[in-house]
Amino acid sequence: MPSALPIADPAPADGALPVSAGEGSGQRDLGVYLHVPFCRVRCGYCDFNTYTADEIRGVRQSDYADQALAEVALARRVLDAAGAGGRELATVFVGGGTPTLLPVEDLARLLAGIRDAWGLRPGAEVTTEANPDSVDRDSLARLAEAGVTRVSFGMQSAVPHVLGTLDRTHDPERVPLVVGWAREAGLQVSLDLIYGTPGESAEDWRVSLDAALALEPDHVSAYALIVEEGTALARRIARGELPAPDDDLVADLYEFADARLAAAGYRWYEVSNWARDDGDGGRARRSRHNLAYWTGQDWWGIGPGAHSHVGGVRWWNVKHPAAYAQRLAAGLSPAAGRETLDEATRATETVLLGSRLADGLEIATLSAPARARVAELIADELVDPRAALAGRLVPTLRGRLLADAIVRRLVD
Amino acid sequence: MPRATKPLAPAATDPSRIRNFCIIAHIDHGKSTLADRMLGITGVVSDRDMRAQYLDRMELERERGITIKSQAVRMPWEVDGQAYVLDMIDTPGHVDFTYEVSRSLAACEGAILLVDAAQGIEAQTLANLYLALENDLEIIPVLNKIDLPAADPDKYAEELAQLIGGDPADVLRVSGKTGQGVEELLDRVVERIPAPVGDPDAPARALIFDSVYDAYRGVVTYVRMVDGRLNPRERIQMMSTKATHDILEIGVSSPEPTPSKGLAVGEVGYLITGVKDVRQSKVGDTVTTAAKPATQALPGYTDPLPMVFSGIYPIDGGDYPDLRDALDKLKLEDAALQYEPETSVALGFGFRCGFLGLLHLEIVTERLRREFDLDIITTAPSVVYEVTTEDRKTVTVTNPSEYPSGKIDRVTEPIVAASILAPKDYVGTIMDLCQSRRGTMRSMDYLGQDRVELKYTLPLGEIVFDFFDQLKSRTQGYASLDYEPAGEQEADLVKVDILLQGETVDAFSAIVHKDKAYAYGTMMATRLRELIPRQQFEVPIQAAIGARIIARENIRAMRKDVLAKCYGGDITRKRKLLEKQKEGKKRMKMVGRVEVPQEAFIAALSGDVESKK
Repeated sequence: MPSALPIADPAPADGALPVSAGEGSGQRDLGVYLHVPFCRVRCGYCDFNTYTADEIRGVRQSDYADQALAEVALARRVLDAAGAGGRELATVFVGGGTPTLLPVEDLARLLAGIRDAWGLRPGAEVTTEANPDSVDRDSLARLAEAGVTRVSFGMQSAVPHVLGTLDRTHDPERVPLVVGWAREAGLQVSLDLIYGTPGESAEDWRVSLDAALALEPDHVSAYALIVEEGTALARRIARGELPAPDDDLVADLYEFADARLAAAGYRWYEVSNWARDDGDGGRARRSRHNLAYWTGQDWWGIGPGAHSHVGGVRWWNVKHPAAYAQRLAAGLSPAAGRETLDEATRATETVLLGSRLADGLEIATLSAPARARVAELIADELVDPRAALAGRLVPTLRGRLLADAIVRRLVD
Repeated sequence: MPRATKPLAPAATDPSRIRNFCIIAHIDHGKSTLADRMLGITGVVSDRDMRAQYLDRMELERERGITIKSQAVRMPWEVDGQAYVLDMIDTPGHVDFTYEVSRSLAACEGAILLVDAAQGIEAQTLANLYLALENDLEIIPVLNKIDLPAADPDKYAEELAQLIGGDPADVLRVSGKTGQGVEELLDRVVERIPAPVGDPDAPARALIFDSVYDAYRGVVTYVRMVDGRLNPRERIQMMSTKATHDILEIGVSSPEPTPSKGLAVGEVGYLITGVKDVRQSKVGDTVTTAAKPATQALPGYTDPLPMVFSGIYPIDGGDYPDLRDALDKLKLEDAALQYEPETSVALGFGFRCGFLGLLHLEIVTERLRREFDLDIITTAPSVVYEVTTEDRKTVTVTNPSEYPSGKIDRVTEPIVAASILAPKDYVGTIMDLCQSRRGTMRSMDYLGQDRVELKYTLPLGEIVFDFFDQLKSRTQGYASLDYEPAGEQEADLVKVDILLQGETVDAFSAIVHKDKAYAYGTMMATRLRELIPRQQFEVPIQAAIGARIIARENIRAMRKDVLAKCYGGDITRKRKLLEKQKEGKKRMKMVGRVEVPQEAFIAALSGDVESKK
């Protein structure tokens, strides 16, 4: 691959996109990601762009909705100018941080602003993340009223000592309650789980999985804990206070989860995501927004540190809420840097993203040397042979756990 | 103020005023510091220009505190109002360079035997002392570092007197560091060391005792005049090859090269002829004039034979041409270095190199890394085996890959006579070590009260593989080792191959004694299991003699290699990770389908095993 590490180009002050970004936009979905960069406490494992109240001097959470709406207005103008507008949104995803730390009115105002800017496709998916202890029956009902169709709860685990290690503050007993309230409000429910936490046993993981499945969620995400550099968790492991996650154990936990979820009627569609099968192979319950990332659709990321992609141009906003506010107040684009993907990078990304999916990667789009390696991948039981014969590269269970190795073998 | 006010001019000095000497000392016993002090006291180097270990020119020499290439320096001195010339010839201190040492000694009439007053004499010093006595050199015993708190000069004066005869009271006591006793030492040199003797009217004969490549001037040849004289612009002849060259410059080092009107009987100096390759100016050869050549060469020129062989490979295959250039350049100044191209399945293109010994190997590889900035891997050192197959064909094997397949009738290996000096408390552990290396004890002698000299016959192949490290660590660094070739012996040797997923990794093959094959196989297999990262499939590691598997280890298949999440649409982050992983893969060598990190080769070959992750 000729291009090495992505080298950011400076983003233009007005955020203008090249005309190329608009080409073929009619064939791609448009989504919006809205980042809410606030948390009550920072969890020890988290390296996302989020801030607790003490960390953001001079910036008030109450001003955030107006700032984000200013970026919505900018987004609308920029997309229109590039010929990439004029599309109703297929998905909206509110993530964080903890979106539900914002008052429901603010979230409702933001969703209304987004809807006003582009409109929503019929049946559009509008998700918000939520912590079990930052919502109640009333707020969930009001979120549904504001247009939210789906809520993704950060359940992480049902076992108190595991939640403790993760610095999660909610009471596991509360999860069934909030799930029930969300259902009452007509929301689809996804549960986020984390496995491989230091000190978590296979039995702990079974308990958490069973607790989640007992609630019959529409969708489950299960992420292996990643110890990110610079986090409190990484420091605790470095000091020897906690054991480092063991890859073999993590692989066991993943295989166990996949089996358990499959037995309960959930189908994987991405390495870490499963959807309930209502006779359609789980298609209806997949997170369409999540899939947009893996399939190269267009999305605009609103908020500090948010990443966007439109027609082969990727960019990312300044990270700090104060810098973000200043840029928008001055009428400038909050983008910090951008890159325009060349052919080779696009090809790499197609492999990188597509090889994680149950729908797989179209083998015909691969380079000739990569196509030649598919046979080896089949022989190593990393790729499903039947799908490959039908022209799609789909990882096996073993292959999902070695997805990065598959990618390296295909892009070399 | 230096004592000598009127130095004697080269080519016009009566031999009776000349004293040629060298310093015999063990590494670390302070030879270079003493030499520096002499340069200062005689005034040839001003204090301002003095840098530590002036004569050790190469960076590596200065850093390791050892002298690799010898040099010579002319110093003025005065005793009782009479001017003298002192020619100090600096000798390599290590056994690998015995041949060069012996040529340096042949250029002198006397030697300062320099011994650390806190440590006593060491094995290599003994070996060089024997050489000096064989050359009929006058020995001046000196204890150095008497300023050290740990110095025990009385004890070691006794030891020296016992060793070379004489009165302990005659052993001089100096400190190269403070200068104490150095003037007396120079006086003693004048008094005791005989003046050179030669025929000024005979055809010129000069012994080459060193030959150094200089990037700007080509080869600088250091000579000791025996008979006749050499003049500027004269045409000279090398007696071994009959090759002739014109002298472009002739002079003495004091210590910077200083052109002179020539060199006369007994003098030490240098010649520059414009040749670019030290092989054209061989240590031990005799220089004469083309116009009036001598008929008989000075005694003793032999080509040094390599004793130890190792493959040297660039870590990045693209560096192969650079490695060849670097070896070509080193060869210009190191006639003993031999090499020829070699290919390894595991390591790619490289060179099979022959060395005088282990230190020589170490110095060459270190210079390749440092002076030429090359990343290299060296394979396990090997010696020369003569392998006779059942059909009576004999093959010389310097590389396990040359080992004949099929039935072997007999194998002979080189052996050495080793001398180990150590405090007597360590005799037991040294004997255990030598025993485990198939050594045969020849003698054990007390040297003074508490030090012992052990003499062993050992296979050279056993010494080249971490013997010295073992010896040092078992004796807290107190033991010293010297060895010299002592012929060869028949031995029960086999070739052990190491296989990764059924493929032989040629770099790991070794010729070992039958009784040790299992230990070697197990050790390498275990090391490799630690060093090779898990792959996407199970990797068996086997050690085999021919088709017979003698040890086996397994690297279990990797089970997880996936980043679970997507960072909120931050695809660049995933791509960066992929790039990083691909960079890592570039540092891998493929053995069949197995990705082996370069570091694993290096670590497995050096024994420096830290578990992966």
